[in-house]
Amino acid sequence: MIPAGFEYHRPTDMASAIGLLQAHGDEARVVAGGHSLIPMMKLRMASLSHLVDLQGIAELRGIELGADVIRIGAMTTQNELITHEGLAQAVPILREAALQIADPQVRYVGTIGGNVANGDPGNDMPGLMQCLDASYEVVGPDGTRTIAAREFYDSAYFTARSDEEILTRITLPCPAAGTGYAYEKQKRKIGDYATAAAAVLFGPGGASIAMTNLADTPVWSAEAGAALAAGDTEGAVSAALAAIDPQEDMRGPIEFKKHVAGVVLRRAIDRALSRAAG
Amino acid sequence: MSKMHVKLKVNGDEVEGLAEPRTLLIHFLRENLKVTGPHVGCETSHCGACTVDMDGKSVKSCTVFVAQAQGADVTTVEGLVNPDGSLSVLQEMFREHHGLQCGFCTPGMITRAHRLLQENPTPTEEDVRFGMAGNLCRCTGYQNIVKAILAAAEINNAQKEAAE
Repeated sequence: MIPAGFEYHRPTDMASAIGLLQAHGDEARVVAGGHSLIPMMKLRMASLSHLVDLQGIAELRGIELGADVIRIGAMTTQNELITHEGLAQAVPILREAALQIADPQVRYVGTIGGNVANGDPGNDMPGLMQCLDASYEVVGPDGTRTIAAREFYDSAYFTARSDEEILTRITLPCPAAGTGYAYEKQKRKIGDYATAAAAVLFGPGGASIAMTNLADTPVWSAEAGAALAAGDTEGAVSAALAAIDPQEDMRGPIEFKKHVAGVVLRRAIDRALSRAAG
Repeated sequence: MSKMHVKLKVNGDEVEGLAEPRTLLIHFLRENLKVTGPHVGCETSHCGACTVDMDGKSVKSCTVFVAQAQGADVTTVEGLVNPDGSLSVLQEMFREHHGLQCGFCTPGMITRAHRLLQENPTPTEEDVRFGMAGNLCRCTGYQNIVKAILAAAEINNAQKEAAE
């Protein structure tokens, strides 16, 4: 379980980090917490000659709570999301979801930026970010651009971010006061990815539904959200289930996954409705 | 690949050595420094036997390159003893409550429980079980591990109160 050798870099500013990516092309990878990348390197399923560690770049850290939007630096760990009181007040679904990711040790190290940028359909944050209508700031040689989470995921591990770009920041609109929320995840054991997971928001600003690990990208369904906003729970469930495309794997056959998807989604909707004010 | 000069703090001492960047922290601790408290269990980030405290976080040292730990402050189970070398309250409670059977998972369990109690000195049983979820015991000794941690919390808090 020893990965192949590489050269290690710890740049302290974005320009140097991007310079390294430009200089080494697809031989280089950035590492945040490393708890997805390092296991893949050990299995020799990820190979690289240059590892660019982002831990020394101060501007990638920090949580800014604005009146309407929240900005979260890509290197913010899951544990920092969980323990930040203001954030948990403003967007409680973020803490609820982060607490269901992996285990305590992984949450101390794993970052929101790595979770959303990796493009792994098993990761929880991409679906949640789609549910919240977040956007990602990516910085590359040609400057900064902003990509909606709902437009970011092309297929498993393929995203709108190019190899020479680094995802730096996540921006979320604050859900309206009184919005009900739930993140419901079925997993086989602590540390496992979801067999199926659902993120639901319901409130004065409308409703939003996204599902995780039920296709090769997260699945956000506009129809499901619209149905729920109109009070049609069954319509919302059937629209969301029509949008998923699970594959058979060690977590079960397709029919089972569809069944579990329905169960977690109904639970999430019930909890979100019960938490909504009024 | 050439070796890099690594410098970090382990159990309060400044240590240094030469290692390839790909060297995992657990191997650097055990093989270069002969700090063999943290164990190599699954080596796949699941079992927690390699847990160390790094800059105030519980970390699986099989999933950290020594290069990433450059400049870090690392504590292993060896570093948790009292200044006079006697067992800490938490370590003593693991003995008292039979919180180990074969003992393989114990260094990771104690190192993780240490951080848990630093962050939450008055945990409920549920807090302990949730907070220890990244550590596996294949002797299935969880019951006594949880008891040991709760007992340590109680003694620590009684000592703190007595001191005030």
